[in-house]
Amino acid sequence: MTSAIPGQSTIRRGLWLIVLSLIALAGIYVLALQHTPIEARQGLAQKIFYLHVPAAWSALLSFGLVGIVSVLYLWLQDPRLDLFAASSVEVGLVFSMVMLTTGPIWAKPIWGTWWTWDPRLTLTLLLFFIFVGYLSLRAALSDRSERARFSAVIGIMGLLLVPFIHLSVYLFRTMHPTPIVLKPSAPSLPPVMLRTVLLSFGVATLLYIAFVMVRYGMAIGQYTREEADDAT
Amino acid sequence: MPLAEPPLLEAHGLERRFGPSAVLRGLDLSVHPGEILLVLGENGSGKTTLLRLLAGLLRPSRGHVTLEGHRLNPANVALRRRVGLLSHQSHMYDELSLRENLEFAGRLYGLSDPSTSATRAIAGAGLEQRADDRLGRLSRGMLQRAAIARAFIHEPRVMLLDEPFTALDAPSADRVRAWLTRRATGQSAIIMVTHQPAQVWDLATHVGVIAAGRWAMVEPRPSGFEAFERRYREAIRV
Amino acid sequence: MSDSAGKGAMTEVDEPYFGAILAIAAKDLRLEFRGKTGLLSAVMFAALVLIIFNFSRDATLVSNVDLAPSVLWVTFAFGSVVTLNRAFHLERENAAFDGLRLAPVSRSGIYLGKFLANLVFALLVEAVTVPLFILFFDVDMSRSWPGIAGVAALATIGFVGVGTVFSAMVVRTRFAELMLPVLLLPFMVPPLIGATQATTRLLAGRPLSELWGWLRLLALYDIVFVTLCALTFWAVVDE
Repeated sequence: MTSAIPGQSTIRRGLWLIVLSLIALAGIYVLALQHTPIEARQGLAQKIFYLHVPAAWSALLSFGLVGIVSVLYLWLQDPRLDLFAASSVEVGLVFSMVMLTTGPIWAKPIWGTWWTWDPRLTLTLLLFFIFVGYLSLRAALSDRSERARFSAVIGIMGLLLVPFIHLSVYLFRTMHPTPIVLKPSAPSLPPVMLRTVLLSFGVATLLYIAFVMVRYGMAIGQYTREEADDAT
Repeated sequence: MPLAEPPLLEAHGLERRFGPSAVLRGLDLSVHPGEILLVLGENGSGKTTLLRLLAGLLRPSRGHVTLEGHRLNPANVALRRRVGLLSHQSHMYDELSLRENLEFAGRLYGLSDPSTSATRAIAGAGLEQRADDRLGRLSRGMLQRAAIARAFIHEPRVMLLDEPFTALDAPSADRVRAWLTRRATGQSAIIMVTHQPAQVWDLATHVGVIAAGRWAMVEPRPSGFEAFERRYREAIRV
Repeated sequence: MSDSAGKGAMTEVDEPYFGAILAIAAKDLRLEFRGKTGLLSAVMFAALVLIIFNFSRDATLVSNVDLAPSVLWVTFAFGSVVTLNRAFHLERENAAFDGLRLAPVSRSGIYLGKFLANLVFALLVEAVTVPLFILFFDVDMSRSWPGIAGVAALATIGFVGVGTVFSAMVVRTRFAELMLPVLLLPFMVPPLIGATQATTRLLAGRPLSELWGWLRLLALYDIVFVTLCALTFWAVVDE
């Protein structure tokens, strides 16, 4: 049954999904802390891996979706696509902040340094700044059509930038071997760790969907309110 | 003045919104060769928006514009050659001379000989003396004549003018009126937004009044201005 | 005034694409050279950045040669950013940009014209900066300068290609001077990395084979982004 205010049902469903996902997240924590073995060399700090890597995944997922949806927007000019993209950017921003904060927390006990210019961290850092730039520009533009079009251009360009960042930073790093003894993720994980990681990817994706639903629902509601004002 | 020729410019169900406000709410238009349409209306009624839509500067929220039988859309860029717009701003660069501005415009419009076209336009505007001065040094009246030269350097058949007489002194207004008379041939169509219809009353073939984003009235130009003025005030009061 | 109104229009060539691009670029450069302040300010800025670099390091600890490529490229990067906003700023007077949009020129053509003007301008600033750089940092470029010029051209195309689109977007916002770097700097990272790596090798006299990968990266970036920008510029320009 559709509610009178558009977006409300999306928000409601999104909130439920958040609750479910957070329960699942708690479950992951339990799994991670209690039931996975303590990694031999990294110790307890390695557990943050279960939070860090999925957060990175969600950030990248949101970024990728923004790019695709931006192309769709330029093609179809449907404002809902723009609202979705903006919601995705906001959610992606949060996930990338999680990734960028858990990274140093993990790195310090293991590598003795808060920050490394590890390719994945660097990529996420730059994504973070592109997200911020995207949102700043949106805030500076009042005309909705202009805002949507400009955002779409940034979204597309950002997505195409990712392979170049990846390539150039990777090449940059191989030129500069760092005195790091350990790699952040082992090439082969014992099954229980692998399972937990995969589960946490799933939860991160669910959380992403849930947050975007809530944000998108709010955006649709606001947009519809503004449209209603126009009709008068 | 019904003519056998097909319309040069048509608009169908034109709507345009700017964010929260709807400026044009459904407007149709049909202008044939030889017609001169005066568009009147209060400030904010949508007159400038209409011209900008007809020139292809704005995309309609709904509806479309047809120019010489072809639909105006962002992809069909070459079609813009067939229309010219004189707006409130001159679209020129103050640091360049009039001649340089006109030659640049000529190149933008793909004219085969931009400098000859520029010279011709300068002569038509009577600005030979100041053609090589910095544009920023020209007086208001000269600037308007310069802007007209720039707007129509490619000699389009459809000419759109947005309040060409604003802030002009009498001699300059006369020159503009004379220019208009010369250009009002049987081949072109002119649409002019003006707050001073009396200035060009005799030239016009049709008159339209926009109120609240729609036509309040559109008709062949009546001969008596005073009688019309009364009906005009009625129309915009609604 | 002739009464051939309209007849002239029919005999013209089709959409004047390349002519319009060159006309726009030439007009921009003419305006810039007539004004002169833009070029001068940009060069002064670059010179000052170089000077600040000199004072921000300890010459006894870090050699010039080690630092030179970074100094050069940070200077070029910021120098490019600073020159970008003027391109669309100058179109704001008398709504000149509407004049461009009214003309039968495709949006990609407008982009390329502006891009070209920006590129020439940025390269000019870089060309003037290099002698200062050689002077202040005592760097020997006698053999490497053609290679460095080539790398500079490639990287600047990347900076300016993306920067032209972003500057068009921010020109009407309140904090345009701030918004542009915020949007643009992440995009400058790949060409910056490529340029610095290539320059390091060129200054060290390394063979061309060691440069190839970086040059290819730069060229690929340029092709992808200039094309993308040209294709999407309509979204920034149409209303």
